Amino acid sequence: MTETNLDGPAAAPPGLTRRQIYEAQIRRRSLRVAATSTVLVLLALIVLIPLAPGWEGVKKSFFNADVFARTFPGLLEAFLLDVAIFAWSAPLIFLLGLLIALCRDARSPALYPLRLFGILYTDIFRGVPVILVIYLIGFGIPGLGLPRPWNSPYIWGTVALVLTYAAYVAEVLRSGIESIHQSQRAAAASLGLSHSDTMRFVVLPQAIRRVVPANMNLFIALQKDVALLSFIGPVEIFRQAGVYKSLLANFTPYVGAALIFLAVTIPATRYADYLMNKQARARS
Amino acid sequence: MAKLELQSVTKCFGDNVVCRGIDLRIDEGEMVCLIGASGSGKSTLLRCMNLLEPVDDGVILLDDIDIAEPGFDPQPVRQRIGIVFQSFNLFPHMTAVENVMLAPRRVHNRSREALLPEVTELFTRFGLADRMQHYPDQLSGGQQQRVAIVRALAMKPEIMLFDEITSALDPELVGEVLDVLRTLREAGMTMVLATHEMGFARELADKVCFLDNGVILEEGPPEQLFSNPKQERTRSFLARVL
Ligand SMILES: Nc1ncnc2c1ncn2[C@@H]1O[C@H](COP(=O)(O)OP(=O)(O)O)[C@@H](O)[C@H]1O
Ligand SMILES: [Mg+2]
Repeated sequence: MTETNLDGPAAAPPGLTRRQIYEAQIRRRSLRVAATSTVLVLLALIVLIPLAPGWEGVKKSFFNADVFARTFPGLLEAFLLDVAIFAWSAPLIFLLGLLIALCRDARSPALYPLRLFGILYTDIFRGVPVILVIYLIGFGIPGLGLPRPWNSPYIWGTVALVLTYAAYVAEVLRSGIESIHQSQRAAAASLGLSHSDTMRFVVLPQAIRRVVPANMNLFIALQKDVALLSFIGPVEIFRQAGVYKSLLANFTPYVGAALIFLAVTIPATRYADYLMNKQARARS
Repeated sequence: MAKLELQSVTKCFGDNVVCRGIDLRIDEGEMVCLIGASGSGKSTLLRCMNLLEPVDDGVILLDDIDIAEPGFDPQPVRQRIGIVFQSFNLFPHMTAVENVMLAPRRVHNRSREALLPEVTELFTRFGLADRMQHYPDQLSGGQQQRVAIVRALAMKPEIMLFDEITSALDPELVGEVLDVLRTLREAGMTMVLATHEMGFARELADKVCFLDNGVILEEGPPEQLFSNPKQERTRSFLARVL
């Protein structure tokens, strides 16, 4: 079905349809336009920003190469604590979130208290700023005078993160559970499967897969919010950057910390977007 | 003794009365076809028979036990009366063989190993031996529907209900699914079908019921109902679909 356009400026390469040639032209043109406009904007920024009266000062205190080189390894090391906190809270968050989602889905009247608990729980923990929960639990519980290590703000701060994020994960999972078409439940029921088996083998596996991208976005937010624990004690990256700042009277360590966060969150966000697009395409 | 007997079964959705006092008798080994316009209540009636929908009023006797009694545990009944849906409703995250084994494993507490020989035999019998490890989205509509039938049969039901199981299929795939029904009929399965395949109903049914607006307006052996309908509405329905 190849049709060559004899009068046109370019003879068609063999094997391409007229539409493919046309689309390739459009693509090339958009690429040129996008590249030109990006270069222009960058040039303008590079030329204009240094013209600002305070630029020299900002450059010295925020983009100091010397300070950056001296503090970056220390920041990376402190970031390991962020990663560790993330790594042990993420599975707990998922499990607690799942439990609460199931509570909210409980249908039988005997389980109504569970359902009420699920509703109250998600309402409360989604309605309070994370930092407040961290303060209340992170300072409040160690204040009870528990023996070591149970007086550590490191532990209770993490607990605060787990409690808060579990509420969000629970809501995401619940929306996944509700998105499974009732014909799947009917099919399971028609085979004589019990409610709990239907949930466990038919509904949950599909629901959890469906909300993977949404949950990934939550966990990316969690990775950033680990920095909030710095307010109650643990010397993680944000706190470490603050220490360097006071020591060297320079803000560059904060820029270094931001870069480290971005190095983790940008790829993770792109991956979540990719998964989300893939699912959208698979379902259409 | 009737295998399954419905007496004045009534079912409403809110104000919408969908079954208005249905009487129907299904004997052991019989094949009964429900025909009627879309919305006449065929699907609802089938779903009432295995208690997927609770019945509002009336009696359903399964081996002379009233299963329509409010509060009756539906789970054991559903294990004895299988149903296959128009839209297959396979579990998309499981392979064909996992779809089939799930209920026997969980409900009858049997291991995969113990189930495998008989499940393989079912797959083979319906021409699906090489499709056991496929996921539903890797199967054609006809294959998916046959897997759904195998899934219901794996529970060894005493009665099978089929709700327009060929309506969602491309015309060239209808035959392979109807062949499965033929095989079951020959094996003596008690079956109730809601169907638009009039030729098939005429050829194989013991009894055909014409449903109209929630009542069985007319029933009888297929020759009589198709060639010599008594009711004017049956006649006009048949004129439209034949
Ligand atoms: N789950 C439901 N909720 C409310 N109304 C329903 C439901 N299922 C069926 N109906 C109604 O019951 C009537 C009969 O539907 P159905 O049994 O599907 O008929 P058929 O299978 O003969 O096409 C229709 O008016 C339909 O809108
Ligand atoms: Mg129907």
